Amino acid sequence: MSIVFADLDSDLLGGRHGPAAQFAMTLLVRFAEAVGASKFIDAEAAHIDGCLYHGQVSLDFVERVVELGGHVRIPTTLNVGSIDLIHPELFRGDADLRASGVRLMHAHEQLGCIPTFTCAPYQTMFRPRFGAQIAWAESNAIVFANSVIGARTNRYGDFVDLCCALTGRVPFYGLHVTENRRARILVEISAVPTEWLDATQTCVAVGYLIGRLCGERIPAIVGLPEASDDDLKALGAVAASAGAVGMFHAVGVTPEADTLHDAFQGSPPEDTIELGPDDLRGVIRCLSTVSDGAALTAVSLGTPHFSLDECARLVTLLSTGPPAKVDVYVSTSRDILHELTARGWVELIEAAGLTLVVDTCTYVTAVMRDLTGVVMTNSGKWAYYAPGNIGVEVAFGSLADCIASARAGQVVRAGP
Amino acid sequence: MILPATSLVPGEASGPVFALSQPLSFWGGFDATSGRIIDRSHPQVGARLSAHVLLMTAGRGSSSGSSVLAEAIRFRTAPCAIVLLTRDAIVTVGAIVATELYRSSCPVVLARDSDWPALAAASRLVIIASNKAASLAVDPEG
Repeated sequence: MSIVFADLDSDLLGGRHGPAAQFAMTLLVRFAEAVGASKFIDAEAAHIDGCLYHGQVSLDFVERVVELGGHVRIPTTLNVGSIDLIHPELFRGDADLRASGVRLMHAHEQLGCIPTFTCAPYQTMFRPRFGAQIAWAESNAIVFANSVIGARTNRYGDFVDLCCALTGRVPFYGLHVTENRRARILVEISAVPTEWLDATQTCVAVGYLIGRLCGERIPAIVGLPEASDDDLKALGAVAASAGAVGMFHAVGVTPEADTLHDAFQGSPPEDTIELGPDDLRGVIRCLSTVSDGAALTAVSLGTPHFSLDECARLVTLLSTGPPAKVDVYVSTSRDILHELTARGWVELIEAAGLTLVVDTCTYVTAVMRDLTGVVMTNSGKWAYYAPGNIGVEVAFGSLADCIASARAGQVVRAGP
Repeated sequence: MILPATSLVPGEASGPVFALSQPLSFWGGFDATSGRIIDRSHPQVGARLSAHVLLMTAGRGSSSGSSVLAEAIRFRTAPCAIVLLTRDAIVTVGAIVATELYRSSCPVVLARDSDWPALAAASRLVIIASNKAASLAVDPEG
């Protein structure tokens, strides 16, 4: 299979746009060959997942591009880094790691990237439009862009995302192509547990199951209760953690699935999966590694980064009741922190004993003070990754459960 | 037995086979320092992948897996080669970048569906991948 190059591609490869763009395009061509793409198209925007320090290779790659005089050719947002640059005192790792983490984040800014430092770029002013061809990294952002917004990106990873930004080009394959966006698997929710009063837990449970059961085949979900953008964000985040899901349809909810026929583009489902209340309850139970009543060390909220709506719900919960007995961390973006400050909510949140974390996330870097015990979270993604990443025991619950537990010092349920 | 394959990242390697029983996310599921699987929900948690030819039917998980794999290749704790059954961009890019930056290769090839049982049953594989084509020698003599 050979790639057909446009004039721009040839110019980029020939070095007419500088050595950094040439280096990026060369790597992009090898990547395109590997994934079987036959041409490149323009990308409108990029979101880069390379500013989280994974080791020397992160710096070696970006600093090579900086040395070559690189600059992004399209609007480019940045995912979380290793350090909260607004609250650098929160970092508890060693000095070398701090220095490398900061250097990596600044190197990306030198390339002309916008310092959003958030895993939820769809909550910023750079949210893409329906139909936009984009090059996004960060698994939850990819699922959200494809599914909830109807923008088009593949599951780009480190390095390739930056190469797309430096060239403004993206290989045309996978989810950039209309036909490939059709659903393959029908996921029918027969009923949800009657004790669940909103869609939040249903979305986490369904997300986990589609991750586990669908692999990278696109599911169309039927029977999802009325869900907010934040619920769909949670669904996509856990789906992309438990599996290779790049996109889902929720019939009657997401923009390319007004009807079942639209979601499948007229083709029959390859498989059907039925989910009932016991399946959903089972997932929520297995996301906790401890039983109710277990003593808590901390609570972690905001994976993916809390939206303004989620912060508002948090502030409402905090407005009555005693302060937290254990450390509570709330991760969000610096943009949303700015908005919280303007609303006077930062003082309120901090007075209740909570710590706001921006630019990073509690399970990818050393922020949490004590990792010896049980940490409670309202995030399926956090519950999925934290035991392996930072070695904690996890309790999963709703936002209200998390706040009630923080006040009790042990895992409790808030009740209806 | 010599089987043809599609070359995704060129290089040459040989080693004992390690077949993943479930897809693995390198990010969050694999530790580049020790070369071991750390995903507690993975049935092969604790296994060391270093210097093995890794067989995986599909990729999984967060897009940061490329960096983890590239870092493991730099540390020489990575698998010596990866054989895929479906194309996976995360694995491919991690291996390409390590080749570009460190001249330390980890060939990645795409095998045919029909060859998978023979590959998974092999104890040792030799992989030769050029820019154009690849071959897999199953349990070579000597």
